Amino acid sequence: LIRSINDPEHPLTLEELNVVEQVRVKVDDAESTVAVAFTPTIPHCSMATLIGLSIKVKLIRSLPERFKLDVHITPGTHASEHAVNKQLADKERVAAALENSHLLEVVNQCLSARS
Amino acid sequence: MEAGLCCSLWKHWGLAWKTQILGREGEESSCCHKSCSSVTPCSRRRKSMCEVLSPGLAVSVLKTIFQEVHVQSLLQLDRHTVYSIITNFMGTREEELKGLGADFTFGFIQVMDGEKDPRNLLVAFQIVRDLIAKNYALGPFVEELFEVTSCYFPIDFTPPPNDPHGIQKEDLILSLRAVLASTPQFAEFLLPLLIEKMDSDLQSAKLDSLQTLTACCAIYGQKELQEFLPSLWSSLRREVFQTASEKVEAECLAALHALSACLSRSVLSSDTEDLLDSFLSSILQDCRHHLCEPDMKLVWPSAKLLQAAAGASLRAYHRVTRSVLPLLLEQYTKHPQSSQRRTILEMLLGFLELQQKWGCVEEDESTLLSLQAPVCSVVFSALTDPSVQLQLVGIRALTVLGSLQGFLSPSDLELVVDHLIRLALREEDSQSSEAAMEAAGSLAPIYPKVFSGHMVPRLEEELQSEREEESSRDHCFLQQRCLQALAAVSTHTSIVRETVPVLLQHLRKVQKGSEARNAQDVVSVCQSLHRVALQCQQDAEGCWYYHQTVVPCLLAMAVQAAMQESTHPLLGKALLEEEVLAAMVPVISAATTHLSPELAAQSVSHVVPLFLDGEISFLPQNSFPCSFQPFEDGECLEAQRRLVALLMAFVCSLPRNVAIPQQERLLRELLALSCSCNCPFTSTTAAKCFAGLVNKHPAGQQLDEILQLAVNRMESGLAEGPRRTQALTLLLWVTKALVLRYHPLSSRLTDKLLDLLGDTELGPGRFFPATVPKLVQGFHGAGPDVKANYLKGLSHVLNHLPKPVLVTELPTLLSLLLEALSCSDRVVQLSTLSCLQPLLLEAPQIMSLHIDTLVTKFLSLTSSPTMAVRIAALRCAHALTSLPTTVLLPYKARVIRALAKPLDDKKRLVRKEAVAARGEWFLLGSPGRGAACVPSLC
Repeated sequence: LIRSINDPEHPLTLEELNVVEQVRVKVDDAESTVAVAFTPTIPHCSMATLIGLSIKVKLIRSLPERFKLDVHITPGTHASEHAVNKQLADKERVAAALENSHLLEVVNQCLSARS
Repeated sequence: MEAGLCCSLWKHWGLAWKTQILGREGEESSCCHKSCSSVTPCSRRRKSMCEVLSPGLAVSVLKTIFQEVHVQSLLQLDRHTVYSIITNFMGTREEELKGLGADFTFGFIQVMDGEKDPRNLLVAFQIVRDLIAKNYALGPFVEELFEVTSCYFPIDFTPPPNDPHGIQKEDLILSLRAVLASTPQFAEFLLPLLIEKMDSDLQSAKLDSLQTLTACCAIYGQKELQEFLPSLWSSLRREVFQTASEKVEAECLAALHALSACLSRSVLSSDTEDLLDSFLSSILQDCRHHLCEPDMKLVWPSAKLLQAAAGASLRAYHRVTRSVLPLLLEQYTKHPQSSQRRTILEMLLGFLELQQKWGCVEEDESTLLSLQAPVCSVVFSALTDPSVQLQLVGIRALTVLGSLQGFLSPSDLELVVDHLIRLALREEDSQSSEAAMEAAGSLAPIYPKVFSGHMVPRLEEELQSEREEESSRDHCFLQQRCLQALAAVSTHTSIVRETVPVLLQHLRKVQKGSEARNAQDVVSVCQSLHRVALQCQQDAEGCWYYHQTVVPCLLAMAVQAAMQESTHPLLGKALLEEEVLAAMVPVISAATTHLSPELAAQSVSHVVPLFLDGEISFLPQNSFPCSFQPFEDGECLEAQRRLVALLMAFVCSLPRNVAIPQQERLLRELLALSCSCNCPFTSTTAAKCFAGLVNKHPAGQQLDEILQLAVNRMESGLAEGPRRTQALTLLLWVTKALVLRYHPLSSRLTDKLLDLLGDTELGPGRFFPATVPKLVQGFHGAGPDVKANYLKGLSHVLNHLPKPVLVTELPTLLSLLLEALSCSDRVVQLSTLSCLQPLLLEAPQIMSLHIDTLVTKFLSLTSSPTMAVRIAALRCAHALTSLPTTVLLPYKARVIRALAKPLDDKKRLVRKEAVAARGEWFLLGSPGRGAACVPSLC
């Protein structure tokens, strides 16, 4: 699902950039939980939040409501790992971010399938 | 509480029984005992145990329930169990329970008192019905039993949405009604209740009361009704006079009818008053004077009430008509205006139709018979009135009078025929003329002698007359009317024997000329002949007479004309025009379809040799200048070849089990003709005829050989040369014939057809308009299983079409596709969806017009039980996003919400489509949609 999301900075997908990998995705159907760990391209990447947000939005749109989502940075791969994780875990912040039309535009661009 | 019930039951169940169960199936019953919350297995157990229960135990079980269990404080399921126990015992222990006497009834009343659950009520009502139907003692508890059930009347229940139990309001209404109307013992309590509820503001309560009253009348007698008749009547009258609802009115009339029937039925003892008489008197008193005011509002309600009461029995009918008929006749003469007369005559007609119900009028007390003369004069005066509306009512009345055996005297009948002829031929208004013809058609079988002796000669005379003074247009008009009337009146074999020769004689006369008008005239005669054929199809004798007379005659005329043209090619016979031959086809076809196989075989042994060998001896007037060889080559035989149309009409309509002589030779000739003939009419007809024979040909080697031959000819014909169109036509018809009989070759030919769609020369532009109307028409006429095939065909055709053709044809097809979406057959759904999906992408503008339907249908199909349908529906929902955004936005929230459900589908492929579709809908109207790659942000 998320492998084809575009990187905001590169004309490549997250999978091609090794930002997301299959081993770092954990799905428990019985418990209805999904956990995704992603690895930003460089430790200081400013787009980490945006990437996380894109992944999160894509999952919200694509998974049944029963799933509880957890999107976080692979431990030890980003400078401000904790702050970003906190932002991504906060439902209200995610919602607020999506009401910002500029942010939403970027997210939607990432999610648009490449034609 | 549940445990309490179960334990107390177990306690009193009787040790013997308990050990019996435990001994046999200890495991199950102990588990059942333990889990008291699930009483259903218990009850099932109990039911099966009923046979082994020793005598007397059922009674003690019930006594215990009645005494120790407060049923209404139990849960729904447990209450249901109690009802089931009672039902089971009533089924198997009727004698024992009856031994309890009225105590059982009383016990049950207490059990169900206060029941609220609709599921339980249905069972409880059934128990009450059984109590009454099986004559359990009600004792002094009749009123209690009534109270405990009637408190639910009228039923007011709306099932909760998504109710899994599926109990409808109607179920409860009918079930309760069956209880309330099950015994006359309830009458004294029920009737006041019904009278009260008839006055209710709720229409449903009104209707329920009226329907219950009607149901009660079926079992009540005079005794039960007597006391309440005045108030019942005044309530019914009030409703009929005041209501604006047709439904209420209809139910009121039905109730009045039932009341009147009930009173008519009751046996009179010598000393009691005849309630029917006084009841009808009060109705007459309240309604009669309204009949004198044909312009007022209450005239029709009054007439309907009187008719409802009168229609219940012959006695009631006499009582009412004795008073009403003279009044109506008098009013007719008093009111000179056509509109008023029409109202009065329509009321009179209503009463006449009631008389029809009782059949004969030969009874001394019949009012109608004594009024015969004035009734006839009123009806005849209506027939001569200038108002068409009045004429129409008069014609209907005439039909009814005629159907009353023995009512019209012979001299009246002659008058009737005169009127009908005048109206049918001379009346300007086509409605009146048609109605008169219909009337003649329905009266003719009752009085065949009068019609064949009077009407047919008159029509014949008119048809043959060549009047100088009339303009040719008027003359033509009159001839048309004559032809129609001759056909209309041919509803009895003896009349057919008179009219057919007249029509054929006329045909011989008009076919002689060569002008366009002659062709038109021939077509008219053929239309009349066709109608006659249809009317005598059901009667074996008439059918054979018709076939024997008409078919050789038509063939002889056509053959003769064709030969004359062969010798004098410039004559241009009207009979050989394509449109004329096309009009003769249905005549021959209708004359042949219903023949018995023996007679058909006899006929086919003449017709086929006529075409193959020019064997003309069976034709009337068979002295021809040259030979008839429709299958021979030769320039001057073109006209003869065209007659293959008549051969087609004949052989394709034969019953399937009739063997065709020289079939193989005939097939070869037809095949050759269809491929080689330059005239499109002839080659198409030959192809149709060939296909028709192939369709009926028994399977086997012979069929395969001839088909192989046909395929070879078609393929070489399609490959090149000037006769591609002929080959295509043949291919079309043969494919149709094979598809209809599920022949294995059909799929190969269908593929071939579809391949040809891409052919530029025979191009889709030509093919499409020819095929699609057929598909559409076929679709509407087809059953659900066949509809799928049509849709499949349609979607194939649509997928192959170039866009410009598609866009022009789409609007007509779309409604069909949308309708097909609502079809419950999943194959139809699937092929419709796969048909729509590319259309959404290709013609978004047209599809936008139907956005609402499309969204609703697609979304509902995403929860179809069939995976393929779910996937297709989701693909369509996805494809919807290519429609203009402004059209879609109003639906965005709804679609996204609805698509959340398939995200959790148990099939991966469905989930995949759902994700794709939903993601696309999220992007609609949001910023950033569409751009795949973005310039770097950092």
